[in-house]
Amino acid sequence: MEVAADIPSYVKCRKVCKAKLSANRCFKFRKLLKKVSEEELFSKGHRACSGCGAALALRLALKAAGKNVIVVQPTGCMEVVSTPYPETSWKVPYIHVAFENAAAVASGVEAALKALGKKDRVKVLAIGGDGGTVDIGFQALSGMLERGHDVVYICYDNEAYMNTGVQRSGSTPLGAATTTSPAGKVSFGEDRPKKDMPRIVAAHNIPYVATASVAFPLDYMEKVRKALEVKGPAYIHVLAPCPPGWGYDSAKTIELARLAVDTGMWILYEIENGKERITYKPTVKKPVEEYLRAQKRFRHLSKDIIQRIQEEIDKRWKEIFES
Amino acid sequence: MFKALRLEEIYEKMVSSEEYKTGGWRTFKPVFDKEKCIDCGSCWIYCPENSIIKKGKADYDVDLEFCKGCGICANECPTEAIKMVLEEK
Ligand SMILES: Cc1ncc(C[n+]2csc(CCOP(=O)(O)OP(=O)(O)O)c2C)c(N)n1
Ligand code: SF4
Ligand code: SF4
Ligand code: SF4
Ligand SMILES: [Mg+2]
Repeated sequence: MEVAADIPSYVKCRKVCKAKLSANRCFKFRKLLKKVSEEELFSKGHRACSGCGAALALRLALKAAGKNVIVVQPTGCMEVVSTPYPETSWKVPYIHVAFENAAAVASGVEAALKALGKKDRVKVLAIGGDGGTVDIGFQALSGMLERGHDVVYICYDNEAYMNTGVQRSGSTPLGAATTTSPAGKVSFGEDRPKKDMPRIVAAHNIPYVATASVAFPLDYMEKVRKALEVKGPAYIHVLAPCPPGWGYDSAKTIELARLAVDTGMWILYEIENGKERITYKPTVKKPVEEYLRAQKRFRHLSKDIIQRIQEEIDKRWKEIFES
Repeated sequence: MFKALRLEEIYEKMVSSEEYKTGGWRTFKPVFDKEKCIDCGSCWIYCPENSIIKKGKADYDVDLEFCKGCGICANECPTEAIKMVLEEK
């Protein structure tokens, strides 16, 4: 896979940085951050838990998108925390629909904009959780991609059904304990690997697919911008740590979102018109144990399972970074 | 028990979530040391509450009406210019 050389983001500065400065010390990162829009379209006062990675994912997405968007959301944490009637955190037009049909409704909104001749001025942004995207909303999304609607779909992935109290989803990683994949004498937690949703979406041969992490805001916002620019469907899958669901101190949200990438648990890439490229290659590959041990949902894991997870990562790492 | 609402009534009642002050959730609050700040902007970009105020060059502050005290800003600050301190109420 090709490694990106021209993405004007923090990713690049870390790649060329001889001093191996941490991201936020890097001069280029600081300079680029100054160019990020000051406009805040996701209001304060939302009810997301302290340190919520998904709330940050929304704030950044709207910064990148600007105000000419219509947001469509299925139910899930981010819908619930942002719309306690009569309050709303959205400064852009917003539609909340059922758990399973955000992509279908977004398709309809796009078709209506087309009929009204307003499609060039207004973009449609669907934002769903992992449950609403990789499980129950999957067929609506697949249909939307197949029909080729000009919609950007963002999946914020907190790796379980958080709003209803941490049930496993297809996006829950191997070994994670949730209320429906508990760890104990007969079970080591989730016994199936994480569903590779970005790849499944890419198999629909749409013009743009990308993965992102809230720890890499410039990379993420650049991807949102690109996704909005392409004609046709675009999909972004952003990893968004959840303090209560994963079991860690709220201050560590960004640290974990970064560690996921630095251990190879989560890979940052984009697929533009079929062409794949890595947008960030970690300078040092960290052992996955560091990531797992930092979270309560993995704390029960035995050496064997950790070894199994590490081996999976090593295999993928080799395929991606060393081929 | 249920009362039919006209659409206009629904819209009239709508307000921004900024009416609700999340600052009351906090136990610790961030305190800034301007001397140490290198103006990287990390605290500002990473705050899920949009509660970091840019006051000027290398001069940041917190919006205590909304800051939930998560500690992300302090954790991400590369120069330890932010400390989380227990808030006396
Ligand atoms: C058809 C249907 N089934 C179940 C629910 C209950 N429900 C509401 S939100 C939710 C979980 C959402 O999970 P996810 O999409 O991952 O978003 P998160 O809450 O994690 O942000 C569930 C099961 C529902 N609203 N509708
Ligand atoms: S449960 Fe997790 S995803 Fe939901 S609001 Fe809280 S931190 Fe955010
Ligand atoms: S403690 Fe959390 S909510 Fe408060 S300013 Fe820092 S990052 Fe924002
Ligand atoms: S993170 Fe620290 S150094 Fe960077 S702008 Fe904020 S206070 Fe200043
Ligand atoms: Mg979820």
